[in-house]
Amino acid sequence: MGSLIERLHAGHPLIADGATGSLLLERGLEPGACPEFINLEAPVILEEIALSYLEAGAEMLETNTFGASPLKLAAYDLEDRTEEINQIAVQAVRTVGGDRAYVAGSVGPCGKLLEPYGDTSPEEVRASFHRQARCLLSAGVDCICIETMIDLTEANLAIGAFKETSPATPVMATMTFDATPRGYYTMMGVSVEDAAAGLTEAGADIIGSNCGNGIERMIEIAQAFKVATSLPLIIQSNAGLPQVTGNGTVYPETPEFMAEKAAELAGW
Amino acid sequence: MDILAEIANGVITGDDERVAELTRQVIEQAKPAQSILDDGLIAGMNVVGERFKAHTIFLPEVLLAAKAMYAGMNLLKPILIEEGIPSIGKVVIGSVRGDLHDIGKNLVGIMLKGAGFDVIDLGNDVPPEDMVKTAGEQGASVIGMSALLTTTMPVMAQVVELVDKEGLKVSTIVGGAPVNLEFARGIGADAYGFDAANAVDRVKGLVGLA
Repeated sequence: MGSLIERLHAGHPLIADGATGSLLLERGLEPGACPEFINLEAPVILEEIALSYLEAGAEMLETNTFGASPLKLAAYDLEDRTEEINQIAVQAVRTVGGDRAYVAGSVGPCGKLLEPYGDTSPEEVRASFHRQARCLLSAGVDCICIETMIDLTEANLAIGAFKETSPATPVMATMTFDATPRGYYTMMGVSVEDAAAGLTEAGADIIGSNCGNGIERMIEIAQAFKVATSLPLIIQSNAGLPQVTGNGTVYPETPEFMAEKAAELAGW
Repeated sequence: MDILAEIANGVITGDDERVAELTRQVIEQAKPAQSILDDGLIAGMNVVGERFKAHTIFLPEVLLAAKAMYAGMNLLKPILIEEGIPSIGKVVIGSVRGDLHDIGKNLVGIMLKGAGFDVIDLGNDVPPEDMVKTAGEQGASVIGMSALLTTTMPVMAQVVELVDKEGLKVSTIVGGAPVNLEFARGIGADAYGFDAANAVDRVKGLVGLA
């Protein structure tokens, strides 16, 4: 397995794994509980999920560390366990993926609003991402996936923390956009063009979008990114917004529909 | 410019220091508190709400405008209470038990305050009992619930049931990304707000103002 960047330049799109949270819920994660607590309680579940994605053909597996920055873990009084939570997550995925899949360290928002909009200082956020960066990088991830960002300043602080800790480790950075009558914007008002310019400037190697509301909108977002950047793109779409029905929670887009649209996304 | 219009403008541009200074001035000039509230602070937040609805501004501008509104409101509140000027309604809000998301709920709180409501924000991860108890004790007319997780949505149904069981005269409204009108009707909630601005319109409807 060569470096991720070389692999991307080889031409055909890399297919990564899918969602983690919904699979954890299926395996007993309590609503509202900390998803990363599973890393401490039952890491075998992480291996099970990674294996199912590997067997389905995923070339990249993400760690269950989306909320494993100390600032975010503090919401569950788990910040003291930041190191083990991140380390176990990487180890579980690596055990399964070996050198057959790239291991991507997932990094989500810290859950706080930065000053002046909220009460959290950039220094606190930077320190939090630095600590998660040391954990993930020393545990041996192949790359980082900073995702679901809505604030460009926070995204840039995260990118900076990882690049300062390990300049050579590829960083993917994605933001979540809403459709408005005036185009696509994050909740904090970042356009696709501003995201592309800002994430690139901060040092991301691969940029794009994740989450969102359905893969058809993601195709439009990808097209806007394509115009705005020459960097490799990453798109990770929800299967639409979840709907609660009599039979539980369902995502409106079927696997067949997702597959068809994913091919369109890849230009096949 | 009329000083109240200047206050409104300070709210729109998110200039909290200016709004505090001007509010202090008009209070000294003994302008009616109701007018400072309606034609200054609320007028400003109305414009902010309209622009947010039209997506010409986003969350950051709204949060700064809210800070500016609070800067004026904190000075005005004691006078409103002293003069016995009632708010247009009291609303208890919170993200339901198990849900730690609060950006949407906070936004609804800001917009409700900006429309002149008295808002009691119980924060996130709020047990149904606390919502209903607070609404009863404080004499609120509406309980507003937010859920960002499909897994916490059933807690909303528990709140509605509890309100019925206790026989409280309080309306319920629900919202949040995975929530829709069908779900709201299904659990017997009195209203559904599809976004923060819409939630304010619906709450106004619930208290008979729209």
